[in-house]
Amino acid sequence: MTRSAIIGGIIAALAIGGVGAVFAVAWRPAIAAIDPPAPQSFPPDLIKRGRELAAIGNCNDCHTVRGGRNFAGGLPVPTPFGTIYSSNITPDAETGIGRWSEAAFVRAMRSGVDREGRHLYPTFPYDHFTNVSDEDDRALYAYLMTRDAVHAAARENQLSFPLNQRVVVAGWKLLFLHRGTYQPDNTKSAEWNRGAYLVEGLAHCGACHTPRNALGAERASASFAGGDVDNWHAYALNAQSPSPVPWDAAALYAYLHRGWHPDHGTARGPMAEVVSNLSQVPPSDVRAIAIYMADVFGPPPPDRKREGEAVLAQAKSASPAAAQADPQGAAIYAAACATCHESGRPPPYGGINLGLSSAISGPDPRNLANIVLSGVRPVEGERSPIMPGFAGSMSDAQIVMLLNYLRSRFGRQPAWTHLEKTVEDARRTQTALLQTSAGARNASADPAQRDKP
Amino acid sequence: MMTLKVNGHDHQIDAEPETPLLYVLRDDLKLNAAKFGCGLGQCGACTVIVDGKAVLSCVTPLVLLEGKQVTTLEGLGTVSEPAPIQRAFMEEQAAQCGYCIAGMMMRAQALLQRNPKASDEQIRGELAPHLCRCGTHMRILRAVRRAARLMDTAKLLPAEQRSAL
Repeated sequence: MTRSAIIGGIIAALAIGGVGAVFAVAWRPAIAAIDPPAPQSFPPDLIKRGRELAAIGNCNDCHTVRGGRNFAGGLPVPTPFGTIYSSNITPDAETGIGRWSEAAFVRAMRSGVDREGRHLYPTFPYDHFTNVSDEDDRALYAYLMTRDAVHAAARENQLSFPLNQRVVVAGWKLLFLHRGTYQPDNTKSAEWNRGAYLVEGLAHCGACHTPRNALGAERASASFAGGDVDNWHAYALNAQSPSPVPWDAAALYAYLHRGWHPDHGTARGPMAEVVSNLSQVPPSDVRAIAIYMADVFGPPPPDRKREGEAVLAQAKSASPAAAQADPQGAAIYAAACATCHESGRPPPYGGINLGLSSAISGPDPRNLANIVLSGVRPVEGERSPIMPGFAGSMSDAQIVMLLNYLRSRFGRQPAWTHLEKTVEDARRTQTALLQTSAGARNASADPAQRDKP
Repeated sequence: MMTLKVNGHDHQIDAEPETPLLYVLRDDLKLNAAKFGCGLGQCGACTVIVDGKAVLSCVTPLVLLEGKQVTTLEGLGTVSEPAPIQRAFMEEQAAQCGYCIAGMMMRAQALLQRNPKASDEQIRGELAPHLCRCGTHMRILRAVRRAARLMDTAKLLPAEQRSAL
């Protein structure tokens, strides 16, 4: 045997071993297809529970595209790696999950593998859904399998090699998917634990509010430190929160359940759909989420609390005229913004005093640019907050002027940098979300509040 | 003092930079087609066209309009020679009280200039921010479709025949 043959043999053995190892890590069997189960085969109570859970999971948000049918998929989700299209999760036999057994559904939720054994991209947040209990998965399955079946084939993802090879996802899972159902913390209340189970699991709040690493996984060390979604900034929900008035459990509950809070304003951007869904779930679950998240924010230090009180007091008194250092920005603000934001009409139908706005005090100007450009879209057929967009009447330079003015007058923070680029990007990209997302379906503002001034 | 271009003419305007365009149009220039509805940019009655885009004139301060072209309904056509969009709204009898109609026409005009073949869905989406309390929505939609057809045929005819129509 020559030396080269020995080396060749070793390489071959390693290659075979390597392929074998990859195979062992990546290969998942198909789960046998079933005939789509009859809707009557699911108990109504289970379906109803599934409906509430699907609302907590915000499933319709990604799995419905504007103009498309519910849960039929097709929403383009921009990621740093390319565009991924959401899948059809209606019970259509050919293009949806009609042939998925409950076991196949649970496996997808828990380990991100489809019925045929293919790895799903983690845009589907199974790194959170792995925490969902069997019981809840069963209810979600019952709910989805009793929706209208819609024939809508999934669109091809726009990913480049090697990311278009699903086997790559198996490696990602080795690194970042931590299986295991949620373990309760016995030192905390039952309500806190319920909230933690929902937040870390089905509600997948961290998917947007936690920053991601270079491989697109949430950074465990920076949990809830603020992240990105569809060219919006998802605010930090921990001690780094930019909210001028610190959040507490009562404010979180009100905001999540009815969509707004007088000290914090109205949910908009991608969060509008989240609160629209949360308005449909049992208040006890929303309260549990609020209690857990208030603990994640942590109690504000005394100086932060004092600042919050000062901001509130200032917002309630007629605010003094701004420094006239920037007359152009001031003029734009006076005609385009102040008529609503200083009208004295309380939220949600009057604009919030901008001194209370996280969009202005936050570290990232994108949300403010997005809102100024596109406004807040009304919810069809409902009374809901509304703001006109100014994309047609303001040039990029004028929006930059306005943003600088708002930041210096209301932000109490150092000026933003690179605003020109932010506004230019916002005009180009963020409208993609508004054009493709199906949008909020329910006016989340509490109906009992709607007739109040 | 600033120069404001409205319907092709320059006007010298003496007003504060934060004055809403709507006030200048109605009070100073006596162009009353654009209406004051809510004053908050929420009803669409004040819509005019600025550089080809539909804009809510009640929340558009003068300071934003330096060097831009403002077009109001008066700039599209006259009573004796109405523009296609105006003819279409008359022929479909799309106005009842009429308060929202100038704004509707301006938004529809901007849409059809940009996209002469706008689909029903696009027309509805575009006009969604406009409120009409009388309920002539279906006539308004018909009028916009008719305007699109009129604009399409108008392009094929020489000017003399067009005015004779």
